[in-house]
Amino acid sequence: MAFPRPRPARPELPRQRVQSLQCGQGAVRAARFNADGNYCLTCGSDKTLKLWNPHKGTALRTYQGHGYEVLDAAGSFDNSQICSGGADKAVALWDVSTGQVVRKYRGHAGKVNCVQFNEEATVIVSGSIDSTVRCWDCRSRRPDPIQVLDEAKDGISSVKLSAHEILTGSVDGRVRRYDLRTGQLCSDYIGSPITSVCFSKDGQCVLAASLDSTLRLLDKDTGELLGEYKGHRSTTYRLDCVLNELDTHVGCASEDSHVYFWDLLEGSLALSLPVGQGVVQSLAFHPSLPCLLVATQGQVTLWREDTFQPEGDPD
Amino acid sequence: KMAESSDSEEEDLVSYGSALQPLQEGERIKKPVPLQEQTVKDAKGRYQRFHGAFTGGFSAGYFNTVGTKEGWTPSAFVSSRQKRADRTVLGPEDFMDEEDLSEFGIAPKDITTTDDFASKAKDRIKEKARQIAGVVAPIPGTTAFDDLIGPSKITVGVELLRKMGWKEGQGIGPRVKRKPRRQKPDPTVKIYGCALPPGLSEGSEDEEDEYQPENVTFAPKDVMPVDLTPKENVHGLGYKGLDPSQALFGASGREHLNLFTGGSEETSNLLGDLRHSKGRKLGITGQAFGVGALEEEDDDIYATDTLSKYDTVLKDEEPGDGLYGWTAPKQYKSKKRPEGDFKYIGKVLAGFSLASKPSAPVKVYPAPSLPRNYRPVHRFRPVLPAGSESCHLQKALEESAGKLERDPAHHSRHALNAAQRREQLGEAELKGPAPSVLEYLSEKDRERLKQVKQASEQQVKAKPVPQESPSSRFQVASPEDAAHKWQMLLGGQLANAGSSDFKPFAKNPEKQKRYENFVKSLKQGERGERLERFFDQNMTEWERGREQEEFYRAAMFYRSSNSTLSSRFTRAKYEDDVDKVEVPRDQENDIDDKETAVKMKMFGKLTRDNFEWHPDKLLCKRFNVRDPYPDSSVVGLPKVKRDKYSVFNFLTVPEPTTSVTQATNEKVQESNSLNKPKKSSRWDVSDKEKEKKDSISEFISLARSKADAQQQPPVPAKEECGTGTAETPPSVVAEEDKDQEEESRRPPMDLFKAIFVSSSDEKSSSSEEEEESDEEQQPTTSGRQSETTEQVDVADSSSSNLQESVTAATDSGIPSLPTSKQELDAAEEFGPKLPPAFSSGRFCKHLNRKEKHRKIRERHKTKKERKRKKEKKKKHKKQKNKGKHKNKKSEKDSSSDTTDSSDSLSDMDTTGLSPKELLRR
Repeated sequence: MAFPRPRPARPELPRQRVQSLQCGQGAVRAARFNADGNYCLTCGSDKTLKLWNPHKGTALRTYQGHGYEVLDAAGSFDNSQICSGGADKAVALWDVSTGQVVRKYRGHAGKVNCVQFNEEATVIVSGSIDSTVRCWDCRSRRPDPIQVLDEAKDGISSVKLSAHEILTGSVDGRVRRYDLRTGQLCSDYIGSPITSVCFSKDGQCVLAASLDSTLRLLDKDTGELLGEYKGHRSTTYRLDCVLNELDTHVGCASEDSHVYFWDLLEGSLALSLPVGQGVVQSLAFHPSLPCLLVATQGQVTLWREDTFQPEGDPD
Repeated sequence: KMAESSDSEEEDLVSYGSALQPLQEGERIKKPVPLQEQTVKDAKGRYQRFHGAFTGGFSAGYFNTVGTKEGWTPSAFVSSRQKRADRTVLGPEDFMDEEDLSEFGIAPKDITTTDDFASKAKDRIKEKARQIAGVVAPIPGTTAFDDLIGPSKITVGVELLRKMGWKEGQGIGPRVKRKPRRQKPDPTVKIYGCALPPGLSEGSEDEEDEYQPENVTFAPKDVMPVDLTPKENVHGLGYKGLDPSQALFGASGREHLNLFTGGSEETSNLLGDLRHSKGRKLGITGQAFGVGALEEEDDDIYATDTLSKYDTVLKDEEPGDGLYGWTAPKQYKSKKRPEGDFKYIGKVLAGFSLASKPSAPVKVYPAPSLPRNYRPVHRFRPVLPAGSESCHLQKALEESAGKLERDPAHHSRHALNAAQRREQLGEAELKGPAPSVLEYLSEKDRERLKQVKQASEQQVKAKPVPQESPSSRFQVASPEDAAHKWQMLLGGQLANAGSSDFKPFAKNPEKQKRYENFVKSLKQGERGERLERFFDQNMTEWERGREQEEFYRAAMFYRSSNSTLSSRFTRAKYEDDVDKVEVPRDQENDIDDKETAVKMKMFGKLTRDNFEWHPDKLLCKRFNVRDPYPDSSVVGLPKVKRDKYSVFNFLTVPEPTTSVTQATNEKVQESNSLNKPKKSSRWDVSDKEKEKKDSISEFISLARSKADAQQQPPVPAKEECGTGTAETPPSVVAEEDKDQEEESRRPPMDLFKAIFVSSSDEKSSSSEEEEESDEEQQPTTSGRQSETTEQVDVADSSSSNLQESVTAATDSGIPSLPTSKQELDAAEEFGPKLPPAFSSGRFCKHLNRKEKHRKIRERHKTKKERKRKKEKKKKHKKQKNKGKHKNKKSEKDSSSDTTDSSDSLSDMDTTGLSPKELLRR
């Protein structure tokens, strides 16, 4: 006797706070999950980078070596390495276990806003305020980047990578997608300065947040507008946007200390989550769970769905 | 008989050695083996080999190969995964032959009498090593216990002496009647020898005798025998070498610093002192050798001296040997030597005596005699002309003006400028014009300097001081004054302006000609009124004024780029006179169209640019992607040669309309939004007021007036407020004046950007400059941010418009207006800011409003719409390859999107609907 397969659970959004990490590293410029979402990295304005287990709330390691604020970080697929970029114009490659800087890539002429590993952690792609994206080789010892993508007319605020694409969002109001496989550069004009870009999980859409307090979902192939999400406030700061783990919702940090979630299809506001006070500095969504990492005011909070029962905690 | 006698002989004789073997019958006597043929065999019968390879055996091959035929073989590889290879510590014995371990080998295993048990003097080296070990050991002096445990090392002689009643420390000989000598035990050297006759050695000591009982006898004094060790080394006489137990620990620094004595007492406490240096490694340490990785840093290199380290009481002068073993000449330990007798202070070596006759005295030459009229006082001669009545005034003026009017002939060494010094030194001139010091002054200061200079000039000529000069500072509004100011600003730095190929008005040859004439005359120092004649007579006065301002600006720009900038920037990528530059073949085409498309939400083809882009080969490899252009060597966007753009297209010149018509705040914003597409690099912020004005007709008119806009380049908002009107109250004017000064000191960012974008177009050579100003501004901004003043938040969040921010700032009453402005500028130039670390809770209000909006909006949304959208999205998600069909659909979608947005717009701003929007609906 075959039971019908249970209906897929309704996607849930993180609504309850389960952990809060007092980072103690000044302003938290970025909070990022690692590849599997079990750990997270926080980039502090006190030049440190910290590795946490956000689910347990334990600090695991502090990485010191940047000369100025750390602005972004990313972990490699095998959790063995971390790359980070900071206001000291350098991109650093760290060894997770030893906590030492393995390499430092210098070449950017301005603050490094964003860094990403490629899939195999052989290349670090970094975007800087100097309007260039630089691809650094992790395998060889060459000090100069493999390639400099200098098409942007203004600072790069966000970089994301897929298997064969480099997606950049720039202050000149354009989202550029460099496709290595086809050898093409697609530049989509948004108009307002882009603060954050990301791929959808299926790799077909591109989400771009811009300073006109709007999120736009664009078709990757044609550049057509698939959705527009408004309601939050983003006019001044570089704030992150995210897609949830199932691509059903779109989230964005806001300057009014809320995190907003919209239904991806309907475009309706699904949730505005008050996460604290002040500007929501950074946002990261767990790759496989309805779990959100929010950085506000020097602390990072972890949010889970309502049905989530934290271990060892009765309520 | 013979046999008998021989027998008896055998019994009597003592036989030495072993008897020769009796000769066999018929055997001849062996020839003795000559010495050179005699060979030596070891115990095993091997020739010429006494012991192993390590001790001098010289048979090669088998016997020296650790006992086996194969010799020593490395241990077989063991996989570290399965089983860790046990790291056996190999001693030297592992590499030795058996014989090396035998009695005569290098590491004999037989029981032998060690030094400890031998009743002879111990090895000196070993003794020393033991002493050092004792000092270095975790508990200093533990080796003392070894002595307790070890066997008594008393020689037979000492034991005999003891038995005879001798005690340690005493001399040897019959007991004498004398005062007990204060024994000064010397712990290090204890040699027992014969005592000298008592009378010889202790004659002087008995002088201070007080009381001496009759029947008490004392042991004779222990005397040091004369050291008769021969000198076997090649060191200098008296060289002692370095005593490691004293020298290595730097005890002198740690020790009580004794200014008056050499600190001889302390040497005996040395061991105790060393106790403080816990855990210190033996060896030469100190900052001068660098701090090693495993070494701990010196405790405190900049140690502060405290008074407690010094002696407060004068002690008797007893210069002990505080040298810790160094062979520097010791101070001679004579107590009461006559003052003049200090011929030789060092230690008199054994076998030497001081010379009785002094050597020939050194001849001393007298000091040179001074000239008769020399007076050792320097007098400064006044440089002022004596006749001037206002001598004091001028002196004061000179001082305030930094001695501007100094006669060059009387320049002192310090008054020379770099060029003069260079001339005097005969150095080559530096490349690139050196920026004048005046460049670094603010305009106000410069102006003041000029005025002071002028005033002093006129005073020297005994002319009346012009009355208006001090008050003219605040009257910059009138055009003449503006021109005057420009001229001042340009000053003498126009020397090379207009001389070369700088043609800012190349598009308009007439205008260019006018400009050249203008610059030429300006160089000759003509005044603003006379310059007027160069302008087109057909123009209105206002136009003329505008052009003049433009020319001034152009001249200024050229000068600044030529002198101030050239010294700071590297060489341009392209020559100035090359009119072809390499630019990317494909440009992202005009933004205006795209802007329109974005407003109409027609994303897709209209907003997308597709380029051929060549990834680096290595990048492809790293991404595991096949190179899309396997046989092209191009990286990035393909480049072509293009005409260089005219520089002046990017210059910012004040917009005349606003300054004349005295634009209102709204107007300013409008012009901002009009200019927006031009300044794509700006971090434009859309606020609601702007949204209000976004209507289709504006975009159309914008597209139409593109050409106009190019001729009248955009003006930043701050410019307008800088050249503000005269109606504003004086205090405001002053502030604006300040703003303007700030701006004129540093050309606007747009200008830089324009220059560099035009010269290399795509290559972001402006990054260098960005970096510079980034560094300039970043610390201030970040500092501000971390301070988290509410006011900053106001300025940031309210709007990026300067006009607003200025009012906001003044409202909240911050005195530091310029800084907040600067911060704003930084935000404008460098993209989205980092969020402030900690901000106030001022967003709550905002939130409420937003929520209301949202609710309204949601209510307005019809269900039908939702359904449609859902459908659309699902389609999108499922299939991507619908091609043409999809395009059609997208058009439909976008149109629906526009309606959506207009809906939302109406929801958002129900109050301020423009007629255009109403029409569109």
